[in-house]
Amino acid sequence: MLRRRRQLGLGIILLLLVISPLFLSAYPLTLLTQALIYAILAMSLDLLLGYTGLASLGHAAYLGVGAYSVGVLTTHYGANFWVTLAVGVLLAMVVAAVFGLVALRATGVYFLMITLALGMVVWGLAHRWVSMTQGDNGIPGIPRPDLGLPWSLARAMPFYYFALAGFLLAFWILRVIVRSPFGQSLVGIRESESRMRTLGYHVWLHKYLGFVIAGVVGGFSGVLWAYYNGFVSPGDLELATSGEVVLMVALGGRGTLVGPAVGAGVIVLLKNFVSVYTERWLLILGVVYVLTIIYAPEGIVGAIRPLTKGIKLTSPRVKASP
Amino acid sequence: MGKELLAIVVGVLTLVAAVGVNIASAQKGPIKIGVLAPMTGGAAAVGKDMVNGLAMYLDEIGQQMAGRKVEVIVEDTQGKPDVALTKLRKLVESDNVQVLVGETFAHIGYALAPRVDEYKIPMLYPVIAADDLTQRKPAKWVVRTGWTSSQPSHPFGEWVYTTLGYKRIVSIAIDYAFGWEVVGGFQQSFEEAGGQIIQKLWPPLGTTDFAPYLAQIRRDADAVFALMVAASSLRFPKQYQDAGLKTRLPLIGGGTTFDEFVLPALGDEAIGGISPLIYSAALDTPVNVHFVKTYRAKFGKVPSYFSETCYTTGRWINEAAQAVGGNVEDRESFLAALRKVEIPDAPRGPIKLDSYGNPIQNIYVRKVEKKDGELWNTVIQTFPAVSQFWKYSPEEFLKQPVYSRDFPPCKHC
Amino acid sequence: MEFWIVQTFNGISYGALLFLLAGGLSLIFGMMRIVNMTHGSHYLLGGYIGLTVIWQTGHFLFAILVGALIIAIVGIGEWSTVLKRLGGQELGQVLTTMGLALIFQDLGLVIWGGDPYTIPTPAVLSGSYQLGTLFFPVYRIFIVAVAIGVAGILWFVLEKTRAGAMIRATVDDAEMARGVGINVPLISMGVFALGAFLAAVAGVVAGGFVGVYPGADFEILPYAFVVVIVGGMGSLKGAMVGSFMVGLLDDFGKAFFPELSYFTLFAPMAAILAVRPTGLFGRT
Repeated sequence: MLRRRRQLGLGIILLLLVISPLFLSAYPLTLLTQALIYAILAMSLDLLLGYTGLASLGHAAYLGVGAYSVGVLTTHYGANFWVTLAVGVLLAMVVAAVFGLVALRATGVYFLMITLALGMVVWGLAHRWVSMTQGDNGIPGIPRPDLGLPWSLARAMPFYYFALAGFLLAFWILRVIVRSPFGQSLVGIRESESRMRTLGYHVWLHKYLGFVIAGVVGGFSGVLWAYYNGFVSPGDLELATSGEVVLMVALGGRGTLVGPAVGAGVIVLLKNFVSVYTERWLLILGVVYVLTIIYAPEGIVGAIRPLTKGIKLTSPRVKASP
Repeated sequence: MGKELLAIVVGVLTLVAAVGVNIASAQKGPIKIGVLAPMTGGAAAVGKDMVNGLAMYLDEIGQQMAGRKVEVIVEDTQGKPDVALTKLRKLVESDNVQVLVGETFAHIGYALAPRVDEYKIPMLYPVIAADDLTQRKPAKWVVRTGWTSSQPSHPFGEWVYTTLGYKRIVSIAIDYAFGWEVVGGFQQSFEEAGGQIIQKLWPPLGTTDFAPYLAQIRRDADAVFALMVAASSLRFPKQYQDAGLKTRLPLIGGGTTFDEFVLPALGDEAIGGISPLIYSAALDTPVNVHFVKTYRAKFGKVPSYFSETCYTTGRWINEAAQAVGGNVEDRESFLAALRKVEIPDAPRGPIKLDSYGNPIQNIYVRKVEKKDGELWNTVIQTFPAVSQFWKYSPEEFLKQPVYSRDFPPCKHC
Repeated sequence: MEFWIVQTFNGISYGALLFLLAGGLSLIFGMMRIVNMTHGSHYLLGGYIGLTVIWQTGHFLFAILVGALIIAIVGIGEWSTVLKRLGGQELGQVLTTMGLALIFQDLGLVIWGGDPYTIPTPAVLSGSYQLGTLFFPVYRIFIVAVAIGVAGILWFVLEKTRAGAMIRATVDDAEMARGVGINVPLISMGVFALGAFLAAVAGVVAGGFVGVYPGADFEILPYAFVVVIVGGMGSLKGAMVGSFMVGLLDDFGKAFFPELSYFTLFAPMAAILAVRPTGLFGRT
């Protein structure tokens, strides 16, 4: 009964997303496209943060890796979408695999700091490896993908559906993962690592796989991001962006998958809407963040859940290692 | 209860936002000018100068052009390309502007140009100086009312060799396209005249401590050419002086190193700095004296080239609007009119566009001097009617690659 | 030879500045495990306040003091109203400081506008000492002196006073400290305020040669984190060693590998973390 209610809710949202181009003009549609792409990044972080309990402040690095792969391959080698997708995702996987080895030596706040550091390394490379990334100038002129479809992805509506397809794919994959036994073990690790270990689970391997998967999906979002903007620059992966993704997860409700997607939508819309009316949008945004964290630590979806009488989530605490 | 309430409030806000941005204003009455500028972030003061310059002109003409009211919509790009692109979409699709003005950074200029061409809407670039936008990568719908990065450097390079007599120069410039192009233009004409660039240093954008670079400067040079922007212009002269270099190696540079934007915040360490630019607030013409006085009274500071170019751009739009009888909705004619505008008496002097869409205008060599306790860029030399190609023919010039880190190559390094 | 001496001096003076900046952050981190994103804001706002004080009074040292005190009070405010509530929720605290940092950034823009400024420094600190062909800017020597002074005072307080002992006890083991009757919340607030105080001092001092301008808060944050990470979280000695290491690495990195200047900074940091996740002198 409760499950049906939840499925109905999700179904309605899906329907809305599919028919929205019919009643939204081009500009709000592009904002929604942006929100969908960031939602992918936020959901990927949720796997790590919400489900496994590992807070990372360097997640934007994977968006960067995916985006720069597209940038370099399309402008230097004229590569098509399938190639850039494959390379972007694979490269993100490799980076996550390497970083995971370093980062997972710590937990809690130390993990936070290490992921921050690693995110900065990638940012530093984007900034200074000028021959590859064009440095501060960024890489302009990324053409929209040509998938041989009768509708050109250069137009807002077809690209929206393209991004929506990507979002649904990412959502489906992550949903399958979190509902699987593997996903359940991640939650178990979040609740108590020692208990899982005594039960015989290979804790490190679970965390590592979660870390890498989060990176891969993050890279996927980066690929879409580059095509969306037609442009990639170091600003896309700076510390502030990593921070913003964490906020999206917290605002939406960690450990819910849907929550971070909602959080991404809220933040993208708020940023663009508020800045039209006042130059003080940054201040307002900051206030919203602070209030949410203090008064609604479970985020929007986390707070709504009790209304639908779903499973109550305890807000996961990030503990320092003893 | 509090949590649920908050969730609902945020949800409602979002819905309102989604609907709010969807309401397109479809009025046909006023001429709408969309302005894209950084109003927050590191370049906030530049954005302010730009908006003020434009606003001052519109005030002077009573907010009316060719019989129609003028409306300006300013959008904050925060100095970020993706935000600029989003705001561009909003201005064109949601606010239905007929013309756009703006932006500050070269890379944002490159990012916006293809979109502007796609939309077929004219956009004026008063500040963005990226060379290629009117050279090898021209955009049909971009009308540049400002300058190219290398434009002032060309006459300056030759002048430095022949008039100042410096033969060996070290360049230190911010490591991005603007820096590369300013230095490139300087190197080209300086070396053609007989000079030698013996070292090129490239501190990255955002460098706070120049000491490691200053320590590397070759002491056997005659002078140092520095290209600094915004906050780095603020700290460079002092650090240069403290490193003991000012007395040994005279400091010359690109126009932004000493421009009116930072002069009020600089001290005596900047005195004597020589640089070329399309404008100086100290330019002693009746038009400019009046402009500076009015601007200063209105906004409390001396206008920079950001203010002047946007002020003149306002006039530019007005002249073109009048030429098409106020019918700015006919975009092709409006664009053609914009390209034909000639202004003989802008505060910076006479301007008209070359066939590639960049202004032909005076280049002023300025020297920082103290007058009545304030620092001013006194004009010590004027090069009239300089184009982006200087004395080369466009075909000849365009055969060589755009100025970059490695072009012209450093043969004497 | 001239090159090596000058670069080493540069690295050390830059390291001194980083110590002022990061020392407080390291203590806050060590004690409360808070990754304090408002640290950059304390730095910048302290600088702005110092600027205003100098404009009004013309006294440099007074400006440093006033700036630091006001920011310390701001820090106490942050702690009492927001951070204390989230005691133990480390992620919540990080995120809140991020939200606060945005608020501070905008406030800075509203109050002081977007123009960049340098803080006018007293004439006695301008110019350079000349030793042969080498120039040593007086101001940089001043920064080193301030850093040494602050380090000395901190060491004395921590090692030789009762308050210091209580602080060290709380950093080592907060539960135990509470058990023996130490007022842990008060100490925590004090350390947070101290961190803010030091950041503001760094802001005014740095303002003299780097300037104060919007964006400086987020620009400086990665550097502060690098020092804390490299030197070890919670260790003052580590902060000192880390600062000078970062200062020298940054300097020589820029000189020898200008292509990879940020990389030469962050890669060693990641490498150190790979080997010792708590930093060189960090406590687990």
